[in-house]
Amino acid sequence: MMQKRFLLNILLTLVWIALTGSFTYINLFFGFVISFFVLWIISRGNPDKRYFTILFKVIGFFFYFLYEMLKANFQVAYEVMTFNLHMKPGIVKMELDARTDLEITLLASLISLTPGTLVIDVSDDKKVMYVHGMYLEDRARFIESIKMGLERPLLNIMR
Amino acid sequence: MINILIALCTGAGAVAILLAAIGLLRMPDLYLRLSVTTKAATLGIGLILVGGAFHFQEVGVTSRVLAIIFFITLTGPVSAQLIGRVAYLVKAKMWEHTITDELDGRYDSESHTLESDLKSDENDTPKP
Repeated sequence: MMQKRFLLNILLTLVWIALTGSFTYINLFFGFVISFFVLWIISRGNPDKRYFTILFKVIGFFFYFLYEMLKANFQVAYEVMTFNLHMKPGIVKMELDARTDLEITLLASLISLTPGTLVIDVSDDKKVMYVHGMYLEDRARFIESIKMGLERPLLNIMR
Repeated sequence: MINILIALCTGAGAVAILLAAIGLLRMPDLYLRLSVTTKAATLGIGLILVGGAFHFQEVGVTSRVLAIIFFITLTGPVSAQLIGRVAYLVKAKMWEHTITDELDGRYDSESHTLESDLKSDENDTPKP
């Protein structure tokens, strides 16, 4: 249902572009918003409202992740610029709440994209992930920050 | 106004890549180098490309920029993970101040399969 609505939304956007006749990003965005709104109106009363909430969640998560990534980048930049290395690196085992392949892939990509953390491997039964971290002062807090900061919002979108 | 935005984007991207290069020289072992470079390079390339998109302001350029950023963020972590895994399998040396290595001994040395080993959690406490 969600994929169907997304495809419908894109189709309506293309129709809007064909009718207005100007292919610019502003118009593309405007057409998308209009067709989103139209779809929302015509599916009033339909209990499956997931598509209309997930879009805002995805946008929110994108900016949230951008902010987290910039923050971690500044931390690593500080580490690189100062003279003493005061890191505590190590490899940590993290139990996964994500189950399917797609969820695990996305989670691993997000962890690897955050500076200071790197996924080394996922166990063959997909229950555990081994993460290399740069700042392991407190193992529990490190895992908690990944679980709360990345895994929980991701699963919130995916499920 | 738009010039300031372009300068900010490309300048920040260049600084990010410079920091990645310095990090590559300064970090003590392979895993830390990998941690520092892949992300900073992804961010730096992304920022420079966004600056380019603001400069040209054409649909063709912008869509190509978006596609490049998408594929870099998709492929960068994968290659980093593969390099990290291979480095661990060939036993690349870790920094002497590394505080814990919970992956130690978890690989099957013949088949390179990795068990989760959730039952026996004696390795969970960091080594002194």
